[in-house]
Amino acid sequence: MKAKHQRLVLVVLALIALVGAGLLAAYALRNQASYFYLPEQMQADPPQVGQAVRLGGMVAPGTVEMQADGITVTFTVTGREDSAVPVRFAGILPDLFQEGSGVVAEGRLAADGTFEADKLLAKHDENYVPRELQDMDEHQAAEMARETTIGIE
Amino acid sequence: MHGFANPKRFLALAGWLTPLLLVSGFFVTAAALYWGFTQVPPDRLMGETVRIIFIHVPTAWLGMGGWTAIAISSLVFLVWRHPLAAIAARGAAVPGLVFTLVCLATGSIWGRPTWGTWWVWDGRLTSMLVLAFLYIAYIALAQAAQREGVSARIPAIFGLIGAINIPIINRSVVWWNSLHQPPSITMGKSAIDGVFLAPLLFAVIGFSLIFGGVVLARMRALLADIQADARLRRRAMEAD
Repeated sequence: MKAKHQRLVLVVLALIALVGAGLLAAYALRNQASYFYLPEQMQADPPQVGQAVRLGGMVAPGTVEMQADGITVTFTVTGREDSAVPVRFAGILPDLFQEGSGVVAEGRLAADGTFEADKLLAKHDENYVPRELQDMDEHQAAEMARETTIGIE
Repeated sequence: MHGFANPKRFLALAGWLTPLLLVSGFFVTAAALYWGFTQVPPDRLMGETVRIIFIHVPTAWLGMGGWTAIAISSLVFLVWRHPLAAIAARGAAVPGLVFTLVCLATGSIWGRPTWGTWWVWDGRLTSMLVLAFLYIAYIALAQAAQREGVSARIPAIFGLIGAINIPIINRSVVWWNSLHQPPSITMGKSAIDGVFLAPLLFAVIGFSLIFGGVVLARMRALLADIQADARLRRRAMEAD
């Protein structure tokens, strides 16, 4: 075996070991490195009451409600599966906060199962669509969402 | 391939290819950015801020592409011992770092109006920041190796090890829940409407041409630097 081939084999073996180690580390991290809990994860394995965590999912259409005090908003966050966590938030909503859109809430789980949010971050999806060309259905949905949230802003 | 590993032939080729890449890259990028900044309608949700995509995405890809180039060149250097491969790896480091930093800065500016925050420690943002740190470490290591006359194998090994971060950046939005959205452009399909996609692809081509031109320019500068070092060392030996 030529020295060149020996080096090639050595480097390839080292790379395989490295990629394997990296994948194992990423796999082990997969829960810790997540930025937020999905609603189904929060229900299956709830964090301690009062512990600072994040909840991420979709704002369920038709659930955004303004409370009587004028600054508290309640809504339901749904996940990929049929699961929902009620959220309560008092503060200014981000521009992209809309029913049917993604949201990440920072806060803690209350004893009654409601998520008390201190901060809301809007999550953008992977779709980029110009205003003029969006589907009529989506357009109507966004319009509706805008109208139903008008009082909140 | 062995023909171009000859530094003399490489310098002759790079001599005319460098300005060609830089000038054509400048014009393509300028045209793509003009197109993207002025001729494209606003996005349905983000409005005008969507235009940051025409800088953010090309710089992100090239930031990752730069380290991929470092890793491949380092592999070639370690196995085949082409001295030019080590130079190529070092040439890709500075433009790679600059593009990564531009990606981080534009992403932060984009995140403020879109997500409501300048920065979050989610998987994608954190792994991209790690890439910037890896670039800085690599540049320092390669420079130190040259100055101290140590083998270029040490930075090459570091370049290979650091490549593990590239698939992690790519998969970070799939493996972990993250604030950053999942990939819009995957094999064969795109969730980006054609109106945005066409200028985006042109911007990617333009930025890539500039990247290539800067890499060649850096390689020429590094070769000249090494030659000057060698000459100085020879003079010092003769003087003794």
